[in-house]
Amino acid sequence: MADPILSIRDVSVSFDVRPQGTWPWTPSLKLHAVSKLSVDLMPGETLGLVGESGSGKSTLARAVIGTIPSSGGQIIYEGRDLATMTAQETRRHRRDVQMVFQDPLAALNPRMTVGDIIAEPLITHEPDTPRKEVKARVAELMEKVGLLPNLINRYPHEFSGGQCQRIGIARALIVKPKLLICDEPVSALDVSVQAQVVNLLKDLQAEMGLSMIFIAHDLSVVKHISNRIMVMYLGCPMEVGPAKAITAEPRHPYTQALISSVPIPDPVLEAARERPVLEGDLPSPLSPPSGCVFRTRCPKAQPSCAEARPGMDKVAPDRFVACPFQEVEKVLADA
Amino acid sequence: MSDTPAPAPQSRLRRAWNSDFAWSFRHAPVAIISSFVVLVLILAAVLAPLIAPHDPFNPATLNLMNGFTPPGQANAFTGDTFLLGTDDQGRDVFSTILYGMRISLFVGFAAVMLAMVIGVTLGLLAGYLGGWVESIIMRVADVQLTFPAILVAMLIFGIAKGITPPEYRDQMAIWVLILAIGLSDWVQFARVVRGATLVEKSKEYVQAARLIGRSPFAIMLRHILPNVLNPVLVIATISLALAIIAEATLSFLGVGAPPTKPSLGTLIRIGQEFMFSGEWWILFFPALALLALALSINLLGDWLRDALNPRLR
Repeated sequence: MADPILSIRDVSVSFDVRPQGTWPWTPSLKLHAVSKLSVDLMPGETLGLVGESGSGKSTLARAVIGTIPSSGGQIIYEGRDLATMTAQETRRHRRDVQMVFQDPLAALNPRMTVGDIIAEPLITHEPDTPRKEVKARVAELMEKVGLLPNLINRYPHEFSGGQCQRIGIARALIVKPKLLICDEPVSALDVSVQAQVVNLLKDLQAEMGLSMIFIAHDLSVVKHISNRIMVMYLGCPMEVGPAKAITAEPRHPYTQALISSVPIPDPVLEAARERPVLEGDLPSPLSPPSGCVFRTRCPKAQPSCAEARPGMDKVAPDRFVACPFQEVEKVLADA
Repeated sequence: MSDTPAPAPQSRLRRAWNSDFAWSFRHAPVAIISSFVVLVLILAAVLAPLIAPHDPFNPATLNLMNGFTPPGQANAFTGDTFLLGTDDQGRDVFSTILYGMRISLFVGFAAVMLAMVIGVTLGLLAGYLGGWVESIIMRVADVQLTFPAILVAMLIFGIAKGITPPEYRDQMAIWVLILAIGLSDWVQFARVVRGATLVEKSKEYVQAARLIGRSPFAIMLRHILPNVLNPVLVIATISLALAIIAEATLSFLGVGAPPTKPSLGTLIRIGQEFMFSGEWWILFFPALALLALALSINLLGDWLRDALNPRLR
């Protein structure tokens, strides 16, 4: 097996939070956005990250890019630890890892033309590129993502959401990255446009040999594009495994609840199925529950769950679940 | 493959004419009139050497016998008539107003430029970098704001006058005025730009630029600056009127433009000496010119603020 392009080992990310109106000498609270999470990403593979809002998906992505420092563990990109990279390696890492954002219009500077927006990473990382070549590369990328190159001098507000996301993708791909992080790239789009963008990403990935981390809270989208899926809850991994296996046979109670929340496009099956409904809200990440973080909402919680955080048990090749009380539950039809 | 076709291309001129901004201008009579007045006054000032019947700064063209000629009437001794009369030295009031407006406008524009450059730079740095940079800049701004701007300007003017050698004082007076007004007026710009920068900084496109790997300097210049320019434009317009008035105030108090190169303020100061002896025109016409200039710039600024405010559209 090849070496992973990215390996995340026991990574934690926490923020210091100062509640309003406290004295300067009161100790600040720690917000645990990601705690002790490990996962590997192979070259050319797509890892889907799924979880509710506030489960630490975006924070993990930003830690991988390096804009948020991790407070524990190691993030190893192509054999080099992010924390100990030299300035030159950091620049290369910034170039190799690009990102596609959630809100396609907000991620584009309203005062820059589409051509300038797409060219920006290229100008930043290869400032010596002649103008002509920059223009040619921009036109090539625009064509690749399905935009007419004659729109190069337009401003972002003249485009629809789907077109803006294509601009965002072109911008991310112009420096030929190796790892593309998509932070909920389709959740702000119309369903019909979602499919177009997801398929575009899939095609481009195959064409350019990209590795991808695909973040979404919509399981059906993630299932379509990912090789493997990691389910997160309150900064902790709940279940990792091949996309098909996870969606067809979820083992962790949280994954089961997540999958049951996806509607089945068949009214008869939909009405007939029994769904475990999660009660309550996500606990505060300022004071996560002891032991298993999911136990406060888990239908199968036992007193022992509060004692220690369950480890990731290997239940099948390449499949890990953080729950000792798991049971296989067949999912009805094609969720 | 693309979702919806982009609108058909239009010529640049056509697009400018159809923009919200142009539409709002076409529907604001106050804006049209005041911009017309401002334009006429600026043109008159710029073209003063061509329009003015006399050069009031050239003693060779002056005749002391023409002193105190009332507007529109022939002088009793020389028979010359002057549209707006003459002052005590026989200088044509119309010409002195044109030349005075030149100095007033030049000082106003230059001072606002200076204030804008200082204020926008410091505001951007404070808003984007935050931390102790922000604390220092904004505390200095707060302290300066507790003094009236005219006091700060007089202080700077006094210091500058003290350190320039006496033989250059009259030449330097205008530059010192610009420095004094500019330095007393940057706070407004800094506060507004800092506020707007804080808003822009949190938007996703700035994060995107940061993730791309752009330097903070490039982000401030290429991404944030173009997006905070709208309020700056509004403040610059209103500041221009304020700067012209500040210059007139300083000159009226006798610390601004020298009587040999009078600005509107100096003219008003000269005029008020004769107000109670019946020669009203020496004061009245320069004051009217100052009023028209400041008022129309202010009205234009008010309209601009409304036109650029997305919440009022």
